[in-house]
Parts: sequence; C-alpha cells; structure tokens
Amino acid sequence: MIHDFGIVWSERALLLSGFANTAILSALAAVAALLLGFGLAPALMSKQPAVAWIARFFVDGMRCVPFLLFAYIVYYGFPTFGVRLDNWTTGLAALTIYNAAYMAEILRGAWVAQPREPIEAGIAFGFSEIRLFRRIILPPLLLSAGPVIGNQMIQIIKDSAFLTIIALPELTHAASSIQSRHYVPFAAFITAVFLYWGLCLVIEAGVGSVGRVADARR
Amino acid sequence: MATSDKVLDVAGVSKRFGDLEVLSDVSFTVDKGETVCVLGPSGSGKSTLLRCINWLEQPDAGQIYLNGTRVGINSAGTVMSDRDLSAIRTRIGMVFQHFALWPHLTVLQNLMEAPVQVQRRPKAEVRDEALALLAKVGLSEKRDAFPAKLSGGQKQRVGIARALAMRPDLLLFDEPTSALDPELVGEVLVVMRELAREGMTMVIVTHEMGFAREAATRVLFMDHGRAVETGSPQQFFSNPETERAQQFLQRYAGDTAAMRR
Repeated sequence: MIHDFGIVWSERALLLSGFANTAILSALAAVAALLLGFGLAPALMSKQPAVAWIARFFVDGMRCVPFLLFAYIVYYGFPTFGVRLDNWTTGLAALTIYNAAYMAEILRGAWVAQPREPIEAGIAFGFSEIRLFRRIILPPLLLSAGPVIGNQMIQIIKDSAFLTIIALPELTHAASSIQSRHYVPFAAFITAVFLYWGLCLVIEAGVGSVGRVADARR
Repeated sequence: MATSDKVLDVAGVSKRFGDLEVLSDVSFTVDKGETVCVLGPSGSGKSTLLRCINWLEQPDAGQIYLNGTRVGINSAGTVMSDRDLSAIRTRIGMVFQHFALWPHLTVLQNLMEAPVQVQRRPKAEVRDEALALLAKVGLSEKRDAFPAKLSGGQKQRVGIARALAMRPDLLLFDEPTSALDPELVGEVLVVMRELAREGMTMVIVTHEMGFAREAATRVLFMDHGRAVETGSPQQFFSNPETERAQQFLQRYAGDTAAMRR
C-alpha cells in the first residue's frame, strides 16, 4: 500500500498539473458563472414578461440537464455551429454556462427574500437600473447568499471532474492516467480526493470570511 | 404657473389599485418653508399620496410639479425615462416608516451613498456635510456602526440625516414614528421639530396629533382617498369644518384618553 502511494508520488508532476488545471478551471468558472448570474438574476426578476420568460427557460433548462450530458453537448455541439474551441476552453464554457443558471437562481431566491424598503429607498434617492442593482440590491444579496454561493462553487469543483470525458487534463484525468499506467487505483484516486478536499477547504474559508462581514451587519 | 415660493403643486391626482380607488382627485400645494402634516384614518390614502409625489407609485391621473417641473411626465407628454425621473427624485428626500437604511453600509456611508453615487458631488465635501448632519441628529459617535446595531429611534434619525444629505428641496415623511416604541418617538420628533423651525419644506404623514398641532404650518385631512379639509392646525384641531374630521378627532381624543387611563 505504501508502495502504491510511492508510485503516485513519483507521478506528482502529472498530478500537480491536473490539480492546477482543476483549480484554475474551477476558479475561472466560479467567477464567470457568478458574473453571468449577476446579469441573469435581474432578467429573472424583470417586469417585462418576455425577458423573464427567456431567462426562466434557460435557467430551468440548464438545471434539468445532467452536467455530463451538457458537457458532451457543448463538446460536440459547438463545432457543429462552427465554433471551434480547444478542450480546455470548451470545458470552461460548459462549466460556466451550466453553473450560471444555478448562480442566477440562488441570487433570485435571496433577492425575493430581501426586505423591499431599502430597495425602494434606493429608488427614491435616485438610484436606477444598473446603479441600483450594483450599489443597493447586490451587496446585501451577496452577503446573505454567501454560504449558498460557496456551496455552488464546491459543486463547480466537483463537476469539473466530469470534464475528464472530453480529455481535459484536470485532476481526475491525471489520477485516472496514473492508475491505468501503474494499476494503483486506490492510491491514485484517494490522493485526488484529498486534493479536491483541499480546494473545498479554501472555498469554506472564503465563505467563513464573507459570513463574518455579514454578521457585522446583522 | 407655479409661483416662485411654491415648492410642491399636486393637482387632481387619482390612483386606483384594481377596483379600489385609493386617491381621488387630490389637490394641494406646499410653499417653501412649510410643514404640512397629512392626517387621516388608516387606509385613507395618505401614504399613497406621499409615494405619488416622487413617483414611487405612478398616479393614474393628475399632475405633480416640483418647483415648477412636472414630475414623472416629460414635455412630450410621455412617462419619463428612469434617468430623468431619478434626477427629480434626488431633489426630494424621503423618510420611511421602517427606516429603510441600507444594511450593508455604515451610518456614515448611508448618508454619503446617494450624494456621491447619484448626485456625483465631491466625496470630501459630502463627507464633511454628512458628519455635520450626524452631529445635528446627535449620532456622531455612531458614524461607523451598521444600521442593525442601532435602536429604532437612532435608525430613524439616521434616516432623516440621510435624506437631508441630498440637500433636497422637499422632504417627505411616511409615518416616521409609527414603527417606534413609544419611548423612542420623542427623540425623532425633536429632530423634526428642529427642521420645521429651520424652515425645511416638509410633507409629513403622521398619527402624532400633538406634533401636528404644534409643528405644522398647515394640516391636510384625508379620508377615503379624498383631501377633505385643509387649514391651520389651530383651526383644524379646535374647530374642524367637516363632520368626518370631527369624528376622526373625537376618536383620537378618545384613544388618547384611554391610553392615559
């Protein structure tokens, strides 16, 4: 058993590059999904039925597709429409688009639960449109939705493992290569699990500090 | 049209929510430096009237002018863009029943937010003015506190200071003391009395009859969505013209007597 971990250690360069890919991919996807969510949430809340309906259709649609299938669809579908991206960018696009729907729904839920008066005060004091959303609506939303957003970021890290199917050299892909090359499945995969756990701890720490900022305002 | 010292001109404003006519043909004016208290039973349309003035509610009919400028409708006769409406709203300060402070900002930031972000005034100047306003409402030491850490009375004093920080032409108060514990009402009324004395132009929806009697320059009595009676507080409280106002005042006197018992 110790010997198996020794083999994994000897392949640490491969594992580390997989870890780096997972970390960078997840971080970019998390930020991009959240930013897209900032745009989608007001669309979900829009008073114009057409805008709200289109946003709702996208969000509900995304949430009902298994990510694995969605990754396949993006991987094979984009080239059909003449969009040619490398595996890495395809994976990032799939993760981002898919999770933007969740982020938007999380923000919408938190928005509906906000007291109406401070937003109304924003309108009465001359805030409108983007400035109203950015300065008055969004900050309390982020504070109250912080833990749920963190949860979704953990989900993004875990979803990124599916991208091994489009041969994106992320952490699961690296562990899988090591196990098939040396036949040390337990050692390879358990090492990957601990590395994923390490990434999640970083997210937890982030959620913790957002929580402290929010608590000071409660 | 509007004379130079007429700050607010409300002409024939009506508003309905579905089948319910909340305001019907309400007209009144407010001169510069006046404190107009809007009185009336619950559901008489007082708050809706106030919210129509800055178009938080869009009136179905009638006109509203602020210093001669039509609110909500532009010269072409169509509904204003959000941007144009915002420009007018920055000239009308509003104080809310439930304070409506922005929870993510400190007290000082609450005061500075709209003047800096919406009015685009220089930060240093706004800050100095905000600090002076906090001193005026007696909350200098709370400038770095978050609203959640304040008492109701303190929150409402911040609410008033926040509205004043906009240097508004007109201040609207929507039942500013209704959400307060009785022992906290006084500290807010003190600030409002001070503003009245200084000649701030104000429209105040309130149930504080004592305040209206001594601080108002004029009283507007509303019932069932209509402006039933207007006059000086002396005249209104001692010798109301309409039967409805008489009934309203009698009930209030009864309630006050019951409370004292």
